[in-house]
Amino acid sequence: MEVGMLPISASKRGKLLAAGYTSLDAIARTSASLLARDIEVSDSEACEIQNLAAKAGALETPNGTHTTVVGGGQTAWDMLNDEKFSSYITTSCVDLDNILGGGIKCKDVTEIGGVPGIGKTQIGIQLAVNVQIPQGYGGLGGKAIYIDTEGSFMVERVLQIAEACIEDMAEYSNHFHKDFQACEVKMHPNNILENIFYFRVCSYTEQIALINYLDKFIMENKDVKIIIVDSVTFHFRQDFDDMALRTRLLSEMALKLMKLAKKFCLAVVMLNQVTTKFIEGSFQLTLALGDSWSHSCTNRIILFWNGNERHAFIDKSPSLKSASAPYSVTSRGIRNSISSCKRIKMM
Amino acid sequence: MANKLIKQMGLPKSIANIFTARNIITAKDALSHTEFELMELLDVDKEEVTSAMAHVSEVVCPPCQTALLLLEQRVRNETLAGHLPTHLKGLDEALCGGIPFGVLTELVGPAGIGKTQFCLKLSLLASLPASCGGLDGRVIYIDIESKFRSKRLIEIGINSFPEIFLKKGMAQEMAGRILVLRPTSLSEFAESLYQIKVSLLQQQVKLLIIDSMAALVLGEHECGTSRQQALGVHVSFIKSLAEFSRIPVILTNQVRSQFGDESRMYSFQAQSRSTIKDNPATYDSHLVAALGINWAHAVTIRLVLEARSGQRFIKLAKSPISPPLAFPFKITSSGVVLLDDDGIEMKGSEINTIQCQGLSLSSLAVNSMEYVLCTKNT
Repeated sequence: MEVGMLPISASKRGKLLAAGYTSLDAIARTSASLLARDIEVSDSEACEIQNLAAKAGALETPNGTHTTVVGGGQTAWDMLNDEKFSSYITTSCVDLDNILGGGIKCKDVTEIGGVPGIGKTQIGIQLAVNVQIPQGYGGLGGKAIYIDTEGSFMVERVLQIAEACIEDMAEYSNHFHKDFQACEVKMHPNNILENIFYFRVCSYTEQIALINYLDKFIMENKDVKIIIVDSVTFHFRQDFDDMALRTRLLSEMALKLMKLAKKFCLAVVMLNQVTTKFIEGSFQLTLALGDSWSHSCTNRIILFWNGNERHAFIDKSPSLKSASAPYSVTSRGIRNSISSCKRIKMM
Repeated sequence: MANKLIKQMGLPKSIANIFTARNIITAKDALSHTEFELMELLDVDKEEVTSAMAHVSEVVCPPCQTALLLLEQRVRNETLAGHLPTHLKGLDEALCGGIPFGVLTELVGPAGIGKTQFCLKLSLLASLPASCGGLDGRVIYIDIESKFRSKRLIEIGINSFPEIFLKKGMAQEMAGRILVLRPTSLSEFAESLYQIKVSLLQQQVKLLIIDSMAALVLGEHECGTSRQQALGVHVSFIKSLAEFSRIPVILTNQVRSQFGDESRMYSFQAQSRSTIKDNPATYDSHLVAALGINWAHAVTIRLVLEARSGQRFIKLAKSPISPPLAFPFKITSSGVVLLDDDGIEMKGSEINTIQCQGLSLSSLAVNSMEYVLCTKNT
């Protein structure tokens, strides 16, 4: 690491270099007061710089143990072990869960896009409810943050889905355990509604501010296991002239969300809109926000109409194979497609 | 919130002054830069930028509500739990009580299908006294295509609510609550929108109708990005308007025809597309909503009005609360009337298509309100 990489202001960096402090070593060896005099800053600021330099220097020197060559890293073997314990949030559609390897994965950023009316918000609400399924029922028993940029979050609908979810759980315990009564008393639709933290965002500035603030919010409200952004697109699509700035802000936001996902072991789901693009002589549908954005998310799921059925297609994922599965939106929420239910019954 | 001044956020004086000196006055200015850019621009340490931005973000970020709180608020504060009943039984049931407050509801359909008729009826309903299931408020009707006819409005009123409209002076009072604006250009429209924003709360306005959004935008802009942008700015504004004053907003959209259906495919569907290409039938033109896909994302509820073999249908094409239902309807002297309150469930993608078959036969008969008036007079 060089002096240029220290997280200090540009002018201090300039002064350091001008005064001849070209290596971290040089900074570490001098005394704070000497440094302060040389680069004309206060003693406390000089102390700060020395601390930073010492920290940066410590990272560089290999520290005994042979497993970590560079600080902050993790070996592929350790990661594999971590992944074994990673948890999934069910989508309530068995077919969709199957192609996703169990549902929406924690620690990952997943983007879901599709045409208007295909059911993006429905999936968002369903996930916000499903994340609260208690551990005894194979869920996570977590809480949800719902960031609404479009104003399409309907509490009435959440209530419907929550009631259906509790009914399903009761039925499940009826089948497998006999103590369902105890559980039924515990869960009430209001409890589910209580554990969805809803933020209504009215401009892209608020959206960025909120993402910055989430770190603190999640510290205060433990157990948040999913963040849903519905949709990430809306404000960035409306009032932006400077496309380069838009790309920068979006990628910074995506990075912050990824950091949150890793730090708190939660799932991030971003809903995206679609746009038409002129490819190979014809107009085709594609997810909005452009090509550089499409790199930002780990997984990308596209929802589309296949004939008369709704389908979900895994467009991008580092570990899942690309596949598509039918699903349907019912009054009880996201469920298996009816035709595939019929197939199963016939078999 | 986004235009809040950084000076007034309670940041340490020293850093607040640096922001001001670099002409970063509002939170929006600050948040429009990445942290690294700010570090360079302000010439301060990374830690200071991070902590300052964390503070700014916390101040700017919207308040958190739980969904439960939201539900309780709706139920407590609003008449009819935040819905404007359409008095069409089937539709009201599907929409959990009617057109919801605070969101945009779009009506799209071919010319003469009954969009304006629907709007007229809704504006009457919003102005009705609460005892008759109305909202007892004023209505702002932005009439871009000059289709608003007061005569027809009164007629619908007399036929649907005779007990009110035949009372002396009531017709005048009801009609007096509906304010019609006729902007001729987009800039004029924008101006009236800003005026509306101020008067919405003071004037007890309970419904905003824009008939039609498409005519306004298509008239002035060429197809392409300039139109998208012009539309985008207004959409955000209308959305925030609906939300903060918690009123329903109705917008109408026109249709245009499109050839082939390539633009409804993703690239990964290309294989299936090549097989479709062999089939000449897909080269038939079909109707699509005039304002494109960006617009369609922005509206919360989309009602498609269409005609299939002469029968009119109203379809719930996009709605976060309702199943995809289609209701047959007809237009009578009392406005839009459903023929069947149960509706037909449409599982497939045809819920989104817009058909116009056989309307030409019947459109002459029912399309123009003048005709209805004529039959009444003779």
